[in-house]
Amino acid sequence: MSGLLLILHPLPDGSLSKSARETVTVAQTTAQALGMPWCIGLSGSATQKAADALAGTGAASILAVAGADFDVPRYASDAAAAEALARQSGAEIVLAPASARFSRCLAGVAQRLGGRIDTHITGLEVNGGTLRARRWYYRQRMEAVFSRAHRPWFLLIDGGIATPWQGPAGQAAVTAVAVTLADDSRRTTVVGLQAPASDAQTIRPDANVLFVAGAGWTKKQADGQPHVGEAATLIRGFLGKAQASLGSSKSLVDLKTEGQQTLDFMSHLNQVGQTGSTPRHPKGLSTCCHGEEPHVVGWRFIGERRAINLDPNCGWAQGKADVVYVADAFEVMRNVNAMLGAS
Amino acid sequence: MADPFHIVVCGSLVPDPLQTLEPVAGAQGPGLKNETMLPAVLDPWAGHALFEAANLAKQVAGSQVWLVTLGPKAKLQQLMMTIAQKVPFQLVVLDGTASGFADAHEVATALATAIQGIPGLDRNRLLLFGGCASASRDSGVTLQLVGEQLGIRDQFLGVDELGIEPDGALHILERVEGGQYQVSRCVAPPAVLAWATGSLPEPHNNPQVGMMNMRTIMPQLQKAKPVTVGCAGIQYDTVKLPSQRRDTRVVRDVPAADIAREIVDWLKA
Repeated sequence: MSGLLLILHPLPDGSLSKSARETVTVAQTTAQALGMPWCIGLSGSATQKAADALAGTGAASILAVAGADFDVPRYASDAAAAEALARQSGAEIVLAPASARFSRCLAGVAQRLGGRIDTHITGLEVNGGTLRARRWYYRQRMEAVFSRAHRPWFLLIDGGIATPWQGPAGQAAVTAVAVTLADDSRRTTVVGLQAPASDAQTIRPDANVLFVAGAGWTKKQADGQPHVGEAATLIRGFLGKAQASLGSSKSLVDLKTEGQQTLDFMSHLNQVGQTGSTPRHPKGLSTCCHGEEPHVVGWRFIGERRAINLDPNCGWAQGKADVVYVADAFEVMRNVNAMLGAS
Repeated sequence: MADPFHIVVCGSLVPDPLQTLEPVAGAQGPGLKNETMLPAVLDPWAGHALFEAANLAKQVAGSQVWLVTLGPKAKLQQLMMTIAQKVPFQLVVLDGTASGFADAHEVATALATAIQGIPGLDRNRLLLFGGCASASRDSGVTLQLVGEQLGIRDQFLGVDELGIEPDGALHILERVEGGQYQVSRCVAPPAVLAWATGSLPEPHNNPQVGMMNMRTIMPQLQKAKPVTVGCAGIQYDTVKLPSQRRDTRVVRDVPAADIAREIVDWLKA
């Protein structure tokens, strides 16, 4: 068992996602540092086009499990393809981007191969010929650097930790890897994707700024009344003008399940923090949110942080944000929207 | 009406998220300072899975729910004082560490072995539930590893909704990239469903449910099997808290329009 394998799922048109191209960079640098050959494994019906796009990566070979059966993001078929690629390559290190698809299936593949898997890898380094991985524990509370003796070692690489690979396309020689799906691998059918209507799209992973709304938006204001309707207008207005991604504190999204009046476009998918997501954005603006630790751990990968809160002693002011504006978020965001609209 | 389900929920305890955590080096690998003294809660996503399991069992007559948990027995006993009042379930206890630094593979093997030993469990009607990731290790792989060891090849990660179709098929919504759901249909159990938040609020405490549960929970706790799980084969070089503490500038008594201007300039910079 030797070498490094990078497994990728090409998009239906044969192109590669940004996170996939980032992982190509990670694979290149890791294999070089370890001084081992590396190869790429692809699956789906557009593998030749993807292989051609990857021809200039320096990979020693490109393996492919081809067929429309492997376009479907389904555990049984994805695991079968990845298992075949890993067995064929004989790799001791297997890398893949931390997509929903690989996060679903790759642990099972590691189990089948008697390997080990680690996820949410935020860095790989090689010291003295030993590969060391970096990841967070306790939901971004503490960071560890570790190595494993066991092989094969599967590593799911988080997005945003490397520059996406770019290079000239070419004519790649692809080695076909045959996989025959058993009937019981088709017990699950993927019906499709359920996306919000385009005007309700609030989660934008590539946005420059994360806008977080806290439960304060739904509370009584200075006149003794809640103004949820105006809050919704202000927030959606800002999201549209700034093309920001919308996040939320747990307390705000929980209001919906408790049957209280809240923002209709907000769901648990927007939740950031301990039981939500940990998005990556260059900037983050928090509004009407106290900045409690369980929420702020979800801001680990947000670069510049600012907050608007009426409480000067809120969590954000305790070293968690760069700037805290002690002000009424309704008033400030009204002005911000007007200025963005005028510019 | 669908045939009854046998729903096994895997979930353990994690430190209360409001606690300050500090890593310490131990003989068996890293751990948390004063770990045994830290207040604990049911792992949040596992909790959602438990509540969804109980809700499904209520809808489909004859279904049963087991909570299979690995953690220090004494702390689990404390935890059960609150969890047992929420929803009906049978408890299977493995007495061992709940550390986030324990290897998911070792944990999965212990859980799979325990599940295989549940008397009367119908593996053909099995729905294996749990959180899509723990608030401790946060690896998001344990349930898939357990599923593989049980031979379950229909697995779903980040589930927010499960519906049962008239023919008994499972209709599942999974979180995928970009705030979207992948909609899948699985013809029947067995299946692994690693839950995200789901759609149910936390149930109110019900003392009657608590009394009913505790009749079986206490004997299970008393006869809990000690299990050794650790991090064999993993060499932790460093485990440390993030050092970055920001030098916060607090802006007050400034007109909203001036604040807005500063924010707009910052956004455009």
